[in-house]
Amino acid sequence: MTSYFLPRDLHPAAWWVWALGLAVAATRTTNPWLLLTIVAVAGYVVVARRSEAPWALAFRLYLYLGAFIVAVRVFFRLVFGGAEGSTIILRLPEIPLPEWAAGIRLFGDVSAESLLGGLYDGMRLATMVICLGAANALANPKRLLKAMPPALYEVGTAVIVALSVFPQLAESVLRVRRARKLRGGSGKKVKALHAILIPVLEDALSRSLQLAASMDSRGYGRAGMVAARARLITGTLMIIGLIGVCVGVYATLDGSTPRYLAAPVLSAGVLVGLAGFWSAGKRVQRTRYRPDRWHLAEVVAAASGIGVAAILFTTSNVNPMNMNPSLINLSWPLLSWGPLLGVLIGVLPAFLTPVPEPPYAAHEKEAHEKEAHA
Amino acid sequence: MIELNQVSFTYHGRTEPVLSDVTLSIGEGELVLFAGQTGAGKSTLLGTINGLVPHFTGGHLEGTVSVDGITTRSRPPREFAHLVGVVGQDPLAGFVTDTVEDELAYGMEQLGLNPQVMRRRVEETLDLLGIAELRRRALRTLSGGQQQRVAIGSVLTTHPKVLVLDEPTSALDPTAAEEVLATLARLVEDLGTTVLMAEHRMERVIPFADRMIYVPGTGAVVDGTPPEVLKDMPIAPPIVHLGRLASWDPLPMSVRDARRRASSLTLGAPPVRTTTAGEELLTASGVVVRYGPKVAVREVDLALRAGEVLAMMGRNGSGKSSLLWAVQGSGPRQGGKVTVGGKDPKTLSSAEARELVGMVPQTASDLLYLQTVAAECDAADAESGAEPGSCRGLLDRLAPGIDPASHPRDLSEGQRLALVLAVQLSAAPRIMLLDEPTRGLDYTAKAALAQMIASLTAEGKAVVVATHDVEFVATIAHRVLVMAEGEVVSDGPTGEVLGGSPAFATQVAKILGEPWLTVDDVRSALPQEVR
Repeated sequence: MTSYFLPRDLHPAAWWVWALGLAVAATRTTNPWLLLTIVAVAGYVVVARRSEAPWALAFRLYLYLGAFIVAVRVFFRLVFGGAEGSTIILRLPEIPLPEWAAGIRLFGDVSAESLLGGLYDGMRLATMVICLGAANALANPKRLLKAMPPALYEVGTAVIVALSVFPQLAESVLRVRRARKLRGGSGKKVKALHAILIPVLEDALSRSLQLAASMDSRGYGRAGMVAARARLITGTLMIIGLIGVCVGVYATLDGSTPRYLAAPVLSAGVLVGLAGFWSAGKRVQRTRYRPDRWHLAEVVAAASGIGVAAILFTTSNVNPMNMNPSLINLSWPLLSWGPLLGVLIGVLPAFLTPVPEPPYAAHEKEAHEKEAHA
Repeated sequence: MIELNQVSFTYHGRTEPVLSDVTLSIGEGELVLFAGQTGAGKSTLLGTINGLVPHFTGGHLEGTVSVDGITTRSRPPREFAHLVGVVGQDPLAGFVTDTVEDELAYGMEQLGLNPQVMRRRVEETLDLLGIAELRRRALRTLSGGQQQRVAIGSVLTTHPKVLVLDEPTSALDPTAAEEVLATLARLVEDLGTTVLMAEHRMERVIPFADRMIYVPGTGAVVDGTPPEVLKDMPIAPPIVHLGRLASWDPLPMSVRDARRRASSLTLGAPPVRTTTAGEELLTASGVVVRYGPKVAVREVDLALRAGEVLAMMGRNGSGKSSLLWAVQGSGPRQGGKVTVGGKDPKTLSSAEARELVGMVPQTASDLLYLQTVAAECDAADAESGAEPGSCRGLLDRLAPGIDPASHPRDLSEGQRLALVLAVQLSAAPRIMLLDEPTRGLDYTAKAALAQMIASLTAEGKAVVVATHDVEFVATIAHRVLVMAEGEVVSDGPTGEVLGGSPAFATQVAKILGEPWLTVDDVRSALPQEVR
């Protein structure tokens, strides 16, 4: 048990499964209490289990984004025709629009029903965004890239390299702009841009050539040649699989499409896609340094997310009224125990997973203190 | 281990070969030092070892290069990753990942080593290079010396049989360079790997080099033991020049070596360094520069006189650059006063400020953005409102014979510096600030730069040079200002500041003692008949 709780970073994919589970659960309901509970659950887990890395601190931004989404949704209902329903709460003067804009209304009567509809809708979308934000805060994006299947290794490396190039690019823009002043600095706008762009691009180009040479001499892409036939098979499998997954996901989330397009197509797509990955990964003879392992704690985190989604799915089939509060007869939305407890399963990772490892900054501080003592 | 058989190489679009008919055989465990001017073909020669030349660079290679029996003709460089480890000049440009541990493991991941072996080798390498406490650090946050040690470690983890280092210290400050070279010296002792190294701080490497190969730039190479090769090599460290001057045979290869011989040297009176400073051109008092909570320059006073060369020294981050930028007027300045000809450059437009104080920044090429040298010169004349052709005239005086149609990027490091200097001088400032102009320059280019600076002071301009290069400072500076943590630690005539401290002592000073700073000092004091 002690070894279970030893501080370590959880596999990033576990956090993503958990967060996607919550997000999927959010798609099944517009009940504001449930949605707020989901946000609270995600927020609590983030606070309990995030590290001190920069990406972990971005969770707040997702909360702001969520609030913004809700505000925009409600505001739009206010501006563009919000008169569905009988309870008019606000009478704004309607701005007459020309003939060609028929169908669009500007201001006019605003009903409580339509504002509420906007609020619920916005909250659902905001909750989904916040769930994704939680995944971003908890999972190290670079480790996620590293955990990609071997077939996607090249893509992963390219993304990592690109990510590390951006700060360099920003740095050289600043440097060149500063240097520009030494040469008078003024000049016409286009010329000034030219004078900044050329040195920056030259810098970037020579850096990338050096990087390419370094990667080449360190064995990048040693995997060898692949026969055209094998590449064709892999490509076909991947694309068919991807299409299957897209159709399947759409059908699963949208209740009105025929059921045979949902689970069967989704699972078939996943299978074909996996076959493609397998055939692409087969030729790769590469290993991974300290890969993230999938232990019990990862299973707990992922299962709690999937659990939330599963329970909301079943309850929404049994009792759809409380999941999507009526907009025709205005009343306080009701909350029943089933879905609430279901959502609360999502908070389990905050207690049942190990805390993340202290970041390197803390290590450093320790080291410095040691040095100071010595 | 490495066989080069009648190797000739010509870059694409050139008629003259860089290497012609080179035949070399390098055995296991040897340390070979490559010397030569920038652009003579050292890097090309080193690049052939793992096939980067010509697989990556293009061009035409004749003859065969083979490592451990495998020729580079048959395979691309990545297939040599387990045999040859390559370390370049700029460590940051070669990093693929972003933390120390991942970077060390990267090469092994490519080779498909099993995870236990990788884990063990990473730990071993962290200890071997003394970077264990940095393991989880982001590579960008490390100092230059630490970065270069990580770069060396990242190729060592694959246990290559050959290590190729192309000027591993040229982009580093002296402390970092010492750090890296000390690490390399230990590696050579401990591992017995074959090491091929190009390095312009030769005196540091020579004591443990088995062999030296001089690449003069004619296509041929000179091969032999270090004393043999150094005897007639035009580019050489001050020790060797001193040895030649005193006709010591064999030549001394280290400071210790030379110090033992030095007792036989009979010298006249040490030279007196006179300062011929004229009127005061710039006065700065209480200059403060801060970036947020960090104070970069703390109430520094500075005065510059006409005809004077002031060298600014101090470790990286001690505030040299910030002070130069603040004095020029383009950089931030939170406090203090700067007066040049009765005006404060900070209050002027940048075009007016550069007529008072010119500056060449650390990355000089940042100022260049046009296709040809001629276009740059014309643009400079237009920007400065100078007579057409005046920039070209300045350039011809500083570095004669640069083809006006050539692209600034194709110039050598020294020529490019001369071009930027000419561009800045076209505004006719009386004060010129140079931020680390010696970085990446070889002995010849440094000598040329020294001449440029001397010709500027002869016209009554004041020049400030921020540099780490003690030998260079000893040659050109009248006054030295040492900074630490944003404050001036010492300020005085070159002889006093350099001679007085072991940290800033030149090689000649280490051998002969305080008053002697350069080989020229010794030459002027030698009895007439020896001269």
